[in-house]
Amino acid sequence: MNACQPWSVERARTIVADNRHLRGALLPILHALQEEFGYIDEQAIPLLAGELNLSRADVHGVVSFYHEFRREKPGRHVIKVCRAEACQAMGANALVDHIKAKLQVDFHHTTADGVFTLEQVFCLGNCALSPAVMVDENLYGRVTPARFDAIAAETAHPTPRPTAHMGAHKERAQ
Amino acid sequence: MSGHLITVYVPRDAAALSLGADSVAAAIRAEAAKRELPVRIVRNGSRGMLWMEPLVEVETPAGRVAYGSVTADDVPSLFEAGFLSGGEHPLGQGPTEEIPYFKKQERLTFARCGIIDPLSVEDYRAHGGFRGLENALAMTREEIVKTVTDSGLRGRGGAGFPTGIKWNTVMQAQADEKFVCCNADEGDSGTFADRMIIEGDPFCLIEGMTIAAIAVGATSGYVYMRSEYPHATATLRQAIKLAYDEGWLGDNIHGTSRTFHLDVRVGAGAYICGEETAMLESLEGKRGMVRAKPPLPALEGLFGKPTVVNNVLSLCSVPIILDKGGEYYRDFGVGRSRGTLPFQLAGNLKHGGIVEKAFGITLHELLYDFGGGTISGRPIRAVQVGGPLGAYLPPAQFDLPKDYEAFAAQEAMVGHGGIVVFDDTVDMARQARFAMEFCVAESCGKCTPCRIGSTRGMETLDKIIAGKNVDANLTLLADLCEVMVDGSLCAMGGMTPYPVRSAVKHFPEDFRRGVPAVRVTHIAAE
Repeated sequence: MNACQPWSVERARTIVADNRHLRGALLPILHALQEEFGYIDEQAIPLLAGELNLSRADVHGVVSFYHEFRREKPGRHVIKVCRAEACQAMGANALVDHIKAKLQVDFHHTTADGVFTLEQVFCLGNCALSPAVMVDENLYGRVTPARFDAIAAETAHPTPRPTAHMGAHKERAQ
Repeated sequence: MSGHLITVYVPRDAAALSLGADSVAAAIRAEAAKRELPVRIVRNGSRGMLWMEPLVEVETPAGRVAYGSVTADDVPSLFEAGFLSGGEHPLGQGPTEEIPYFKKQERLTFARCGIIDPLSVEDYRAHGGFRGLENALAMTREEIVKTVTDSGLRGRGGAGFPTGIKWNTVMQAQADEKFVCCNADEGDSGTFADRMIIEGDPFCLIEGMTIAAIAVGATSGYVYMRSEYPHATATLRQAIKLAYDEGWLGDNIHGTSRTFHLDVRVGAGAYICGEETAMLESLEGKRGMVRAKPPLPALEGLFGKPTVVNNVLSLCSVPIILDKGGEYYRDFGVGRSRGTLPFQLAGNLKHGGIVEKAFGITLHELLYDFGGGTISGRPIRAVQVGGPLGAYLPPAQFDLPKDYEAFAAQEAMVGHGGIVVFDDTVDMARQARFAMEFCVAESCGKCTPCRIGSTRGMETLDKIIAGKNVDANLTLLADLCEVMVDGSLCAMGGMTPYPVRSAVKHFPEDFRRGVPAVRVTHIAAE
């Protein structure tokens, strides 16, 4: 679940202040902003330019270069489907078709109910257990269309008790 | 059952997690509590037999005993079968180290992965950890560099440049500051060795980087991680903190005059940042645009300072070289490819995972003896080696020995050791198109052959797939590939043609599927 906070200039300034001592600070700051707000707000561009003594074009250039940085608020959960070769060898293209039909969205879009944003990635490093999907920071392997449906249903409406064999949920109570 | 504490291993490796390892660990903990049995769960890395994940192991007086593909639902029956004392169960695999897939390997770099608790310095030391660094601390810079040069170690990221020679250049450079940067931007499809060793033995990377820093006189370093690897990043950050706490990083490492500070930086989903100069730009907080070389990063690297840039596997091979000597490592391998490589078996294979073997092993051995053939049960038709920029090889070439020079002669590359297997349902024209599409998505855009060539290549392949002017378009494609190979600034544009050309060369029939049957006969007659 992305527990994103609404955009706030004050909060953004604090994040910049916390990270500006780092060398090559722009990427760590952008990551921190996206973690906080779920995306890089348009207002962040001039703010970062001013704070880091860069041009707005410089900041825009960096934000737009990297696939990971998002310019719009995402859904509550982000689904990343691997489209790289090892997953293709195990039916990733058919899985992608299934997921798009199931969620009724294309890549880089959010479902109408605001629950899922769908993204493509090239390699999640789970190539021996293809096809691979990542939901938020939980990784899943051997994802068939049926398994995807179960994962999506469980993510959207978690069952109250701990699930038995869903996948990589972080253990919260140890 | 006696009252003494029994150790059960449940991997924390992301691949194991992807099949429910956390749920298995929770179920074992709950079942043990219910039965009032004293069980200690260690979250180890993966042994690399990924098709058997989650692979649960139990410490018995006779050694560790394995149970494969365990789900949380299997846990009660494992307890019933007495798995805590190695009892028989349908999921039982016997002693872990006797499993042929594991036993036949030569594990130097991955010696500890899957065995130790990745976040225990004590466990790391008990298994030979930090011995290489302790030796290095007592050596001169020249002696360390000579040991690495003597080992024959070559860059494991893909290019295969001799590590010792690179270090020597940085060592001799004069500057007020130098850096060691680890390239952990493992973006090649079919590769996961960097991820696995960082999750399973992170101190090995920290030790290797510290040795590199001491050798070249660097005081700061960065590990450039991928945003797609959140688990590895979290593990590495914890390991770095522990290493600082125990005096293995920071000022005056273990009471000596040496200093090394290490930090983690995370990329943002750009494949090109696996290219070393693009990675340096990204570490500086910029767009990941490739730099022209020269100047070499060894002389003008991060922030313009002399910089060692090495892959994770290169740096993780350094501790054992400094521990056991350059000759010990060099005795493995063939020709100019010395030591071992952790091969990664991926895609449509029954037994996917890590196989660390000396160079010289053939693809055939890896695919059939280790990999067990396809999981689909259909014949293997094509294998892509060395990532998305590597050639597609047909079965006729599976006897090729894994060796940098032998592969380069075939426009293939050993690369980072990734091997992706396709069965006979694959359409190689579509795979060739994907190679161009990938380059369109991931090109940094700095040079024209790569930026424009990939787009034109994709369009041309679309026409070929649709059966439009196939002969003329194949000629055009060959021409375009030549321009990209000869004219691109880096390997992205320079090697994207390799999978394309090899697909056309070895699987020509797939490029004529759009052509009506009569026309095919006509062409064949020409």
